[in-house]
Amino acid sequence: MSRDRSSRPIPILLSIVVALMLAMAPMPDWAAPYRPDWVVLTIIFWSMNLPQKYSVGYAWLVGIVLDVSYGTLLGQHALALSLIVYLTVKFHLQLRLYPVSQMALTLIPMLAIYKFILFWINGVIGIQTPLSAYWGPVITGALIWPLVNLVLQTVPYRTRAH
Amino acid sequence: MAVGTESQRHSSRPTALGVRFLLLCGLSLTLLIIDQRENHLDTARRALSATVYPLRVIVDAPIAFWRWIDETTTERKELLKESSRLKTERLLTDARLQRYAALEAENARLRAMLDATTRVRDQIRVAEILSVSPNPFRHSIIIDKGTRHDVYDGQTIVDANGVVGQIIQTGLMSSQALLISDPDHALPVEVNRTGLRTIAMGTGEFDRLDLPFLANNADIREGDLLVTSGLGGAFPAGYPVAVVDKVTFIPEESFAQVSARPAAALNQIREIMLVWSTRANTESEIVDE
Repeated sequence: MSRDRSSRPIPILLSIVVALMLAMAPMPDWAAPYRPDWVVLTIIFWSMNLPQKYSVGYAWLVGIVLDVSYGTLLGQHALALSLIVYLTVKFHLQLRLYPVSQMALTLIPMLAIYKFILFWINGVIGIQTPLSAYWGPVITGALIWPLVNLVLQTVPYRTRAH
Repeated sequence: MAVGTESQRHSSRPTALGVRFLLLCGLSLTLLIIDQRENHLDTARRALSATVYPLRVIVDAPIAFWRWIDETTTERKELLKESSRLKTERLLTDARLQRYAALEAENARLRAMLDATTRVRDQIRVAEILSVSPNPFRHSIIIDKGTRHDVYDGQTIVDANGVVGQIIQTGLMSSQALLISDPDHALPVEVNRTGLRTIAMGTGEFDRLDLPFLANNADIREGDLLVTSGLGGAFPAGYPVAVVDKVTFIPEESFAQVSARPAAALNQIREIMLVWSTRANTESEIVDE
């Protein structure tokens, strides 16, 4: 836990900025429905590994930034993201013990909850989208997790002194 | 509590997490409700979108850089060819414009005779598309002009061929626009040949608009050009919108099935034009009289 406090914020912030850029980058029409939720995956990684520092509050802030950049209602992504991070922090001791494949499987219900909240709020305010449109990112998100995990582990977020 | 020694060191942690989460939930819901009902949050959103703007520019940079490379490395021969092609095109448009100028003069004269106000020309400015909506069921785009460039909510955007959509949210340096093909979008149009008025609805497909409110005996056929009617006040009149490409009359239903292909290439454009409609001016002139 002592490592947790001595983490370096700048590489972590940079990784989130990169995830935001990936989320905004233009994609060809056929691939757009399968774009993984880069930001969610990155946030889950950090709150799983550094739960004391990167918890619901910061997830909420990133969610607001997502809301602004996607032009959705303010609070929509923030709500969904802080719920996911709440679950991650709550169970971080278990999640950290999981092998990568099992973690990827666990991500399916988590991403599904995330998408369901977005779907639900969209439904309440009257933006109709078929439920099937939300499945693509859930599946690709779980599939791409090992890669995200590998890349983010190389981020030098730990300070030398333990 | 079932938690071990580790969390006893941060004994307040587990509850604090739950409390913080519940607080944030409440905050999100409040924000959602305020944002949905009223426009108080527009300034906050504008300020936040200014902070996101540099990210958009960085995301757009590789594409912009590629286009720059493409432009600068084009061969001289090709440039000459393009220049001569553009010259011919300009001559043609000039010729067309001359006729248009004559028509405009005539129109002004006729309008003067009828004691109607003359229409003033719309102002136009080019903007670039920064990004498109990542949600395939929401046809919206982000452009690189905002309130600093006098963009306003509800402003019409067009491309060289026809109407593209309208601005739904303005930021300081960028704004969001809804395309006419969005399933939630409807715009008042008229058939250029007959003056028949109707509504064109977006379908969620980039190459199709539906005209759901045309009766079975309506005078409409394939190839008819639809232009904005200017009714409803959101769009200036007379811009081409779409060409009717399928008409199916169904005798047992009350409405015919009519679909049209948008004149603008909605999913291929890079640049769009913002139209500053002068409709407001003409209206105030009418009020003055």
